[in-house]
Amino acid sequence: MIGVVLPAHLRTLAQVDGEVELQVEGQATQRSVLDALEARYPMLRGTIRDHAAQERRAFLRFFGCQQDLSHEPPDAPLPDAVAMGAEPFLIVGAMAGG
Amino acid sequence: MSGVRVLVGTRKGAFILTSDQRRTRWEVRGPIFPGWEIYHLKGSPADPNRLYASQSTGWFGQLIQRSNDGGKTWEPMGNQFDYEGDPGTHQWYDGTPHPWEFQRVWHLEPSLNDPDTVYAGVEDAALFRSIDGGQTWQELPALRGHDSGASWQPGAGGMCLHTIVLDPNEPDRIFVAISAAGVFRTDDAGQTWRPANRGLRSEGTPDPNAEVGHCVHRIEMHPSRPNVLYMQKHWDVMRSDDAGESWQEVSGNLPSDFGFPIGVHAHEPDTIYVVPIKSDSEHFPPEGKLRVYRSRTGGNEWDALTNGLPQSNCYVNVLRDAMAVDSLDSCGVYFGTTGGQVYASIDAGDNWSPIVRDLPAVLSLEVQTLP
Repeated sequence: MIGVVLPAHLRTLAQVDGEVELQVEGQATQRSVLDALEARYPMLRGTIRDHAAQERRAFLRFFGCQQDLSHEPPDAPLPDAVAMGAEPFLIVGAMAGG
Repeated sequence: MSGVRVLVGTRKGAFILTSDQRRTRWEVRGPIFPGWEIYHLKGSPADPNRLYASQSTGWFGQLIQRSNDGGKTWEPMGNQFDYEGDPGTHQWYDGTPHPWEFQRVWHLEPSLNDPDTVYAGVEDAALFRSIDGGQTWQELPALRGHDSGASWQPGAGGMCLHTIVLDPNEPDRIFVAISAAGVFRTDDAGQTWRPANRGLRSEGTPDPNAEVGHCVHRIEMHPSRPNVLYMQKHWDVMRSDDAGESWQEVSGNLPSDFGFPIGVHAHEPDTIYVVPIKSDSEHFPPEGKLRVYRSRTGGNEWDALTNGLPQSNCYVNVLRDAMAVDSLDSCGVYFGTTGGQVYASIDAGDNWSPIVRDLPAVLSLEVQTLP
């Protein structure tokens, strides 16, 4: 199981508390994790990556194992500790705005 | 419950204000969707418990919410707004070509007779429609594909399609307004469009009388007389008596003819309301006095309505979608401010009082008169 930590607004939207645990088929990558997340919580489609190009929204970043994974290719393997569920995959909103 | 339901979209959530027909005691519910920008929410004329809301932030993009119980519960609907085909370009602020990019939904206009059909006016300017209650959205691409589309430029607030007016007598006729392109009209349900800006004059532009390129802020119609349209333009209050074929200025004795919203009395098609704002660079009331102006003659002759409104040190704005009326016997008029006040008058504007004073900045306000 892979743990995903959502920003507060997306937890509210998906009606979940705390960390989301996902069963991901095949290799754990940004794409496979987000595919699994959106399949389970369809209301999140379009809020983390855009519908058409599947690009990460500009004010969101992805972290795992204290590393910024935002600019990794979407099909690159996630760190082992994330893939094995020892560390969560963090979706973080920019601290910006008013 | 018979009475009035006021739907308020703010910079940080939605609020629903309800009262019985006396409109003296109000229940304020919210924030709904706290922390999100609610550009607009509106109820279906065919089913007042069916509400649609546009919810967005810069972080997470656009969501559409739907309620089937008058706003007690909500469900996220489809949020995929894809332009048809190759979207091409419009003009950017500096005149260079800029790709059409979806930003947000400014305005939702439910069909007059089908609760599952709703139109969405979006930035970058385009018109979308859903016929399945908001689950999926399809563009009506002929509008953006108009010959002038590549020349449209954004106003200061973005290139938004902010006003959608449905003709109650002619189901295939729709008016839309775009900042800063102007008014367009279709008579065939969106298959073809033509500009409806003759008579508008925008000083300071290369061609003040251009067919397209006017910063129209808002248009309104009285349903009993759909060929008469009223407009608050960037500067100038305008009127058309021929369904937008031509426009005449009716600013008359207003202290400033700059402003954003314009409203029409529910029972008197010639009684209209505006909120004069000092200028396009100073978005607050002249002299720090918040005054609604009412004309009972369809324009030109205006009276200031001030009872109950702050007459000193008031520097709020009233945005284009933030004024509406109810249709009770004594027409109620409502508006929200960027200072978070929602004012109501239950006597057609003679006297005003705040329903609530300290909301986040009000982006939009709609009123439902409940049977």
